[in-house]
Amino acid sequence: MENQMIETGVVKLTKEDFSSDQMVKWCPGCGDHAILHAVENVFPALGIPKEDFVVVSGIGCSSRFPYYMNTYGIHSIHGRAAAISTGVKLANPKLSVWMITGDGDSMAIGGNHFIHTIRRNIDINLLLFNNKIYGLTKGQYSPTTPKGSKTKTSPQGTYERPFNPGVLVIGAQGTFFARTLDTNPKAMTAVFMEAAKHKGTSVVEILQNCVIFANKTHELITSRETRDDNQLFVEAGKPLIFGKEKNKGIVLKGSHFEIATIGENGITEKDILVHDPYTEDAAVHTMLATMMPPEFPVALGVIRSVPVETFDQAMMDSIASEQAHSTIKNMDDLLRSGQTWEV
Amino acid sequence: MTSKNSKVIELEQVVIRFAGDSGDGMQLTGSLFSDSTAFAGNDFATFPDYPSEIRAPQGTVSGVSGFQIHFGQKTVHTSGDLADVLIAMNPASLKANMRWVKEGAIIILDGDTFIEKGLEKAGYKADPLTDGSLSAYRVIKSPISNLTKEAVKHLDIDMKSTMKSKNMFALGIVMYLFNRELELVNKYFERKFKANAIVVEGNKAVLAAGYNYADTIELFSTTYKVEPAPLGKGTYRNINGNVATAWGFMAASERSGRPLFLGSYPITPATEILQELTYYKNLNVKAFQAEDEIAGIVSAIGASYTGALAITTTSGPGLSLKSEAIGLAVITELPLVIVDVQRGGPSTGMPTKTEQSDLMQALFGRNGEAPVIVLAAKSSSDCFYCAYEASKLSLEHMTPVILLTDGSLANGSEVFRIPKVADLPSIVPPLAQANDTDYQPYKRDPERLNRQWAIPGTEGLRHRVGGLEKEDGSGNVSQDPMNHQKMTLLREAKVERVAQYIPEQEIIGSPDADLLLVSWGGTYGVMLTVAEKMQKQGKSVALAHFRYIMPLPRNTADILGRHKKIVVCELNNGQFVKYLRMTYPQFKYEQYNKIQGLPFMVAELEAKFNALLNQ
Repeated sequence: MENQMIETGVVKLTKEDFSSDQMVKWCPGCGDHAILHAVENVFPALGIPKEDFVVVSGIGCSSRFPYYMNTYGIHSIHGRAAAISTGVKLANPKLSVWMITGDGDSMAIGGNHFIHTIRRNIDINLLLFNNKIYGLTKGQYSPTTPKGSKTKTSPQGTYERPFNPGVLVIGAQGTFFARTLDTNPKAMTAVFMEAAKHKGTSVVEILQNCVIFANKTHELITSRETRDDNQLFVEAGKPLIFGKEKNKGIVLKGSHFEIATIGENGITEKDILVHDPYTEDAAVHTMLATMMPPEFPVALGVIRSVPVETFDQAMMDSIASEQAHSTIKNMDDLLRSGQTWEV
Repeated sequence: MTSKNSKVIELEQVVIRFAGDSGDGMQLTGSLFSDSTAFAGNDFATFPDYPSEIRAPQGTVSGVSGFQIHFGQKTVHTSGDLADVLIAMNPASLKANMRWVKEGAIIILDGDTFIEKGLEKAGYKADPLTDGSLSAYRVIKSPISNLTKEAVKHLDIDMKSTMKSKNMFALGIVMYLFNRELELVNKYFERKFKANAIVVEGNKAVLAAGYNYADTIELFSTTYKVEPAPLGKGTYRNINGNVATAWGFMAASERSGRPLFLGSYPITPATEILQELTYYKNLNVKAFQAEDEIAGIVSAIGASYTGALAITTTSGPGLSLKSEAIGLAVITELPLVIVDVQRGGPSTGMPTKTEQSDLMQALFGRNGEAPVIVLAAKSSSDCFYCAYEASKLSLEHMTPVILLTDGSLANGSEVFRIPKVADLPSIVPPLAQANDTDYQPYKRDPERLNRQWAIPGTEGLRHRVGGLEKEDGSGNVSQDPMNHQKMTLLREAKVERVAQYIPEQEIIGSPDADLLLVSWGGTYGVMLTVAEKMQKQGKSVALAHFRYIMPLPRNTADILGRHKKIVVCELNNGQFVKYLRMTYPQFKYEQYNKIQGLPFMVAELEAKFNALLNQ
């Protein structure tokens, strides 16, 4: 019965199908609330039976997420969500696996699992809540905290060089990287849909605000006054144009990006670089992921989306091929194969 | 082939030790001889003894690799104390192995390597072949290197490959000495080097050359034969502990209907389980080589939540890395089997040497109150049944199980009577049924206290698990003080109740013997050998060998309470004895401990037990 319903797509799901009965205990004003709402809107729109979602997390504020979704879910241990997700996906590749993590969980303690999951291209959706601070332990710097920031463990300012998660993803041979903002539900929903569609490890960095310990860390990007000049929404096949007047664009000068103004110095829209998220070449994607205010706008949307075979598919193909060819069909066959003797 | 130039003497049992440089292929030589031993119908046990370096400096004592086989016409429980025959491919292997050789033993040497340079590398001040130090042995010095070259002269084989096959010349000599057929080994060459006819021909030529050389020049005035052992009716094969472990899990997967998932990271001496399981995609085995030990176990926990028979395999250092994750499996009450193939520790310790020193880590090495079932395999072939039983207990009681094996079981091999999967005990995991309106994640079975297993993809059972303490029943996150106490006690009771589902502890010998020998895990063979030997001599000893460590069998106290003396024997500094002192403080325990990275020897145990009896 269940299977028939899936095939015919009869099941119409709504946001309510995924809302849990648990009290959401994030701080008032926390960016996590908006992300939860966006995910609740995306899941019913994917055409996947509600029993086939698994939400996995590690440890941190964001990692409470599975408790707030009415799906199958695992709230695991610090840094290990990627490895849990890997096990879930490999055990049953039909499941839609969503991993919720933060900058401490995935960039620090879980860094190894993060890069290897991406390298293998396991078909999961990885939502990285980047608030550039350890929130749950009350305000220590994280691997993405801007250099010089004063935090509980950097009273004189950090002297660590922060990670740019997008560059790390691409460096780990990632096939999908997108960036979005907790303040823009529409864009967030669109990006989550794209992540869900991509076969492989889809990493979405969500610039998320911690109201308590790093409030306004993304201020330059999100404030009403500066956002138009600091946000660039990338779109496949479209020129990289931004600004209040929609007249600024990214041009390639030698091997560097520069900002040009359309209508000045003979620059027309044709001179502006056109976004191609599907090219395997990671050079421009890396440059896009690197762009940060105040020098450049931050790139938002799907920066990289390259079709590459997934680990789970390759594994299933290998199993199917072995099963088709082997004469050993069960354990009794195996136990009696090779050199045996009768007494 | 039959030996013509010598008379044949029948022996009851023999111990042969093959030794050479770690690149000389002594492990292969030994295992080929084992296969031939199996074919001859003898019972046997083997023990590889090799360095942790892949190619330590050639010709030095630190680079010597050894392989010992004990075979007989009676049941064989150990790989043997001292060797009756030593094959030493160079001076260093002679030097490293003399202490494992019986007085009067046959020593077969490659005489071509006993030159000044070789002797110097081995650290010999004088040539042992001429200084009289070997006068108590029957030394057979043969020009193995040169004769190997001669044997393949007619073939187009380079010098390096030629010298690689000199182990087959030595094997040929030993095959002659024990009146074995060469056919089986030749077939191995044909399989192994299918793509390279010249290598097949070369190896066959060298093997035959060794055999014929021994015959032609009448190397031995007598040769030996060991009649087949009276094994019970059935189909048999040779199996080592790691392969047996892997196959035990596969059998449990088939019998339980739960697909097998392994998350693992290479580590000596456990790696072979991972390697073995990667072969069997045809049987739907998913063996995932993770980026580290932690990802190995954590991916297995993910797979377990998703409905797989999930396992992870490691050795001591890896078990340390996995301990936080084991706690997650404890609190989420998911089935998971963790195999620890123990080796010498602490830290990197002695990776290729055997030890039983992870017992305390297995029992207690986690934060919080985190009880798990602990089993310990008693022999290489028992690894099959232990892996099977670990899976059964884990799946049916919804709790992690740690299975302890060790380096000597893992690499040692013995005769294995092949079971039929249908004859193995059933495995019935407590699966929750779709759309069960009464389903609650932490609702428990009143007998076993396990919760149900609700698998993603099943309609009507969506639920969350995690590392935060859960309310009994609902499974909601709870920091309630009384609930935490209740859950802690429930998790403990769940493991303790397993005692009702495992057999009672066996005792070999009189239940009222003066001296009770107590041991656990991989020392069974040698303990049994000593116990039987002393019982035959009329000594009042009995053996209680433990496979179930946590929980202990329900009759353990009854058994311990009926003897004048108890001696607990372990290859560690006394971990099981501490555990028994803690659990049953009413008894007095003697202990015998060996921490040398080596198995017990019959003689040392016998001496200790006689001393205790005579006290």
